[in-house]
Amino acid sequence: MNLQNLFNELEQVDGDFIGRMEHVSRRGLFSALTKKTVAVAAPTILASALNKAYGQGMTLPDNVVDVLNFALTLEYLEYRFYDIGNNLTMIPSQYKPAFELIRQHEELHVKLLKKVLGSKAIPEPKFDFTAKGMFPDVFSNFQTFAAVSQGFEDTGVRAYKGQAPNLMNAKPILETALQIHSTEATHAARVRFLRGQKGWIPLASPSGLPPAVGAMVYKGEDNVVQKNINLAGILGSLVPLEGITEAFDEPLTKEEVLEIVKPFLA
Amino acid sequence: MKNMTNSTQTTPGMTSVQRRSFLRTVGAAAVTGGILTACSTADLHVSPNGARAAAAGEAILLPGGDLGILNYAFVLEQLEARFYEMVLANPYSGMTAMEMQLFQDLRNHEVTHRAFYRTALGGAGIPDLTFDFSSINFRQRTDVLEAARMFAEVGTAAYTGGGKYLTDPENLKVAGKIVSLEARHVAIIREMEYMNQTAFSGENIVMDGLFIKMEPSEVLPKAQKYILEKIDGRNLPTAVA
Repeated sequence: MNLQNLFNELEQVDGDFIGRMEHVSRRGLFSALTKKTVAVAAPTILASALNKAYGQGMTLPDNVVDVLNFALTLEYLEYRFYDIGNNLTMIPSQYKPAFELIRQHEELHVKLLKKVLGSKAIPEPKFDFTAKGMFPDVFSNFQTFAAVSQGFEDTGVRAYKGQAPNLMNAKPILETALQIHSTEATHAARVRFLRGQKGWIPLASPSGLPPAVGAMVYKGEDNVVQKNINLAGILGSLVPLEGITEAFDEPLTKEEVLEIVKPFLA
Repeated sequence: MKNMTNSTQTTPGMTSVQRRSFLRTVGAAAVTGGILTACSTADLHVSPNGARAAAAGEAILLPGGDLGILNYAFVLEQLEARFYEMVLANPYSGMTAMEMQLFQDLRNHEVTHRAFYRTALGGAGIPDLTFDFSSINFRQRTDVLEAARMFAEVGTAAYTGGGKYLTDPENLKVAGKIVSLEARHVAIIREMEYMNQTAFSGENIVMDGLFIKMEPSEVLPKAQKYILEKIDGRNLPTAVA
């Protein structure tokens, strides 16, 4: 396996990102929707680059297959949710561009993960977005839709974070997973913000979700100890406790994530 | 116009953290060599510990391995923390209450990250850097938001690209806890600039559903423009283990 070649290929797929960083312009902000044709091809190209490192997916380590199928489950959930929601008229026009972009990203994530997994990809489950009646108006009341969206996005961020250490034996896949993780975080912040929440998670606040759901989605977010360092002790009054907890997003285990997701599986 | 070149020494908030870690480091040094008399500025420059202030223009060689990547992140966190301290010390006219709250939050997060690295790295940490933000007009809202956005984007891309070089899972875990915050910052700053569009996760930062990643060799020149010391990243990892 020649990792340097792989990175070169990934670099080509990734394009001129330095140029993009230099030219973050208003022009680029409007053209995401016009890039669908490119976006359809990209997962295939990237997946083939990743597959080359692992012999067309046949030798993906078992733990990596598990992680990717776990991720695929969450991406199926998100993609299907936005795909149904975006065809409905309940989304206020000012928020449509955001949800359409998020839908596109989730679709790309599904395609990418399926390509990398090949025949090992699990099929899409059937979903119940009312979560067994917990959110009966999820597709008719925008407030409910946005709340469920926030729950999915913050859970998604925490889920990828929890799995990153399990991908350390597959570095190119780890890097791609980190890229998805950062993308999900931009979604999470945007959805929180449009709901009148901070873009980040203060303490373990349910952040406007029903208390029982919020307790699961934000469990452990009030942690102030990182690598055995108690940051509340170090910072004293320099940073309010809330700010210290906001500064680190905490991971969720696979089991914790599945507990959150379970009601949404039909 | 105020002089925008500031060492972190001028920040009341930083000083107590710095003093504490300095005392800790001196304490450790005292055990090995007895430098308790060495509390002058000149001696701080000689002492190769992590808590001293750097001398402007000095070259700072980042180590290799995980320690190198963590120190590389520490450079970016110092830069961001100092930037937001400056924003709050020099608020542009017309800063809304919401914007003030946003900058306070961003300041809180970056100061927390900086304090984390300072303590976690201890004597293996780089010194406190000296920054030159004279190219940023802190009186202009657009300038401040543009700079904030750029720092957050580079930070996110740097962590996203740097994670693969970490070999200790504990380091990867903590980097993962920080990178999503940087990405959340990107989304919210962009939302402040371009409300209700697709900017929050726009194509110049998220390409085909994947947030861009950057290598240290791409990130350091962008940070260097604001740092008076010369950051030397030659020993940083360039291939995954």
